[in-house]
Amino acid sequence: MTFRQKHLLGIEPLHPVEITTILDLAETYVDLNRRAVKHSDVLAGLTQINMFFENSTRTQASFELAGKRLGADVMNMAMQASSIKKGETLIDTALTLNAMNPDLLVVRHPHSGAVDLLAQKVNCAVLNAGDGKHEHPTQALLDALTIRRAKGRLHRLNIAICGDVAHSRVARSNLILLGKMENRVRLVGPPTLVPRQFAEFGCEIYDDMEEGLKDVDVVMMLRLQRERMDGGFIPSEREYYHRYGLDAEKLAFAKDDAIVMHPGPMNRGVEIDGTIADDINRSVIQEQVEMGVAVRMAAMDLLARNLRAETQEGVYV
Amino acid sequence: MRKLLENARLIDPEAGTDSPGWLLIKDGVIWATGAEGEAAPESDRRINCGGHCLAPGIVDIGVKICEPGERHKESFKSAGQAAAAGGVTTMVTRPDTIPCIDTPETLEFVTRRAVEDSLVHIHPMAALTKGRDGREMVEIGFLLDAGAVGFTDGDTVTTDTKVLTRAMTYAKSLDALVMLHPQDPGLSKGAAVTSGKFASLRGLPAVSPMAERMALDRDMALVEMTGVKYHADQITTARALPALERAKIKGLDVTAGVSIHHLTLNELDVGDYRTFFKIKPPLRSEDDRLALVQAVADGLIDVICSMHTPQDEESKRLPYEEAASGAVGLQTLLPAALRMVHAGAMDLPTLWRALSLNPAKRLGLKTGRMAAGAPADLVVFDPEAPFILDRSKLVSKSKNTPFDGAKMQGRVINTWVAGERVFGDPL
Repeated sequence: MTFRQKHLLGIEPLHPVEITTILDLAETYVDLNRRAVKHSDVLAGLTQINMFFENSTRTQASFELAGKRLGADVMNMAMQASSIKKGETLIDTALTLNAMNPDLLVVRHPHSGAVDLLAQKVNCAVLNAGDGKHEHPTQALLDALTIRRAKGRLHRLNIAICGDVAHSRVARSNLILLGKMENRVRLVGPPTLVPRQFAEFGCEIYDDMEEGLKDVDVVMMLRLQRERMDGGFIPSEREYYHRYGLDAEKLAFAKDDAIVMHPGPMNRGVEIDGTIADDINRSVIQEQVEMGVAVRMAAMDLLARNLRAETQEGVYV
Repeated sequence: MRKLLENARLIDPEAGTDSPGWLLIKDGVIWATGAEGEAAPESDRRINCGGHCLAPGIVDIGVKICEPGERHKESFKSAGQAAAAGGVTTMVTRPDTIPCIDTPETLEFVTRRAVEDSLVHIHPMAALTKGRDGREMVEIGFLLDAGAVGFTDGDTVTTDTKVLTRAMTYAKSLDALVMLHPQDPGLSKGAAVTSGKFASLRGLPAVSPMAERMALDRDMALVEMTGVKYHADQITTARALPALERAKIKGLDVTAGVSIHHLTLNELDVGDYRTFFKIKPPLRSEDDRLALVQAVADGLIDVICSMHTPQDEESKRLPYEEAASGAVGLQTLLPAALRMVHAGAMDLPTLWRALSLNPAKRLGLKTGRMAAGAPADLVVFDPEAPFILDRSKLVSKSKNTPFDGAKMQGRVINTWVAGERVFGDPL
């Protein structure tokens, strides 16, 4: 087991071994979460603060549940309604919270790099719950765990990430993680939403769903992020659905046992057909949500261990 | 009083020479120069330069002094001291203050404050359109009379080409210099970095380098149409260079500048969202940087400037997208520019052509050269002296330099303005 990180700011700084460490530990928490009594005390006495500068229901709930199941004292702060409205800067907010001695800070922010900035100013461990269009590491980790459990491995797979890559931090974290674990990643979508520069990361780029999905093991759909778009990136939702929405016809080009993923929330009838999303033989969307709690428990457990190692001059995991 | 600067390495950008010699100052002007061994005329004071370089003082086009409006960021006094410490003897100021310099009255304020407080010469530029909003041209004639050396709306781009054409045509009739910021406003809207692998990885809003060429092409068409004297404030991409070259070959009255930051840094320096590297236009790729250095060496790009833009800590200590753009540069311009000399990309006279001679010529100033009769605006410097830059030691009120902690070479020993020493200990 190796995990030499003080924070979890992205997938980019992680070594493949560290990714495996998180996933292995998460497996034990999947078991815990399926028991009648879902409780552990590994974070007992620690304070976890969830700071969401951007609306979130599922990620925040997942982090909250993860912390509570591990015995941490969890506090949620709805940052949109707080002092930032009164003109406080991000750094001042961070310093204020830091003075309350939290141990784990879970942060989501609408600007890329904002969580990195905040992490430089606090003493506790910071988990990035999504920063702008940059990274969303726990989402990539839960996707990885889902794939590993469904496919039995996390290497040498053909994985298609489809749709709005440009505005997606989920796509960035995923393509970095899947690349590190030696998979072939394809990006499929209209050129306005799949910038060609991504080819430089070793991804293959397709603007046609049929070609892009041919013989893939995993189809990862992304949400069309209309709230991040300024101006028209696609002519209309119906044309988008027609050309890029995942339906049975397009999915038929993938391998017969290909799984379908979506980070949620879904726009049924925009990027994915409802029947595909609900098909228990193909869709692992509900399992992704379940893995989310386990992966976040594992990540916070590991960071807390390193936090203790640091304060007690012990060694990192 | 006649002062003889002897035992110096004379850097003459006009003659393209770099040779040992002496220089005589009388009545604030360069009276004579001579090679080593040549008998020097009588003088009242002899100053031994210790074999260090003696070059014309730098003429820096596009300095932002935050007076009026944001004096806490930079004042005429602090900017003048920073300039003197950096070997800059003439600052050509930008009009993008609060309020902006778009009337003879506000321009007079600048001139008056400059004379009161600044150690070095200041020549102000005025806005090209009222309020810099691209709707109505300023009183170009009155402003010229009041001392404006150029007209620019700073980094705002006028999209209404009809307004721009009229302003250019009018400026042409008065032989006024117009300086524009070639950047397509649509493509560059909201951008914080240059598009490419780095921007994709960091998830930051990006602009294609093509936005610069598009705007330069447009501007060149307008120059061809109106015949105005045009200066591009910053050319920062390799793709824009052919358009510039074509315009020059065609004989249009066009010159171009580049900021020192685009010549010495690239987009990767932004690293983990370091906002002190956020400038406008954003830092480019290494290929662009190398092409720009070559363009300066070849003379295609005429002018190197610092694009001195003071910003306080509060406006920089924010998430990258929200943080303010700009970097201070008056004090680091010379050592940063010397990097190109140390890297073997150009010699000192070539560098000084872009630092002093060309900008002075473009603005119709007599400074910037070593010839007899020119004002004695000079800098004595040791091009080799190594140091590590500590931003807290900068003289500017704002310390937003991207070179904090950088290893640099080149120390200013003395700066002379109109024959008087304004920086450094007596030699």
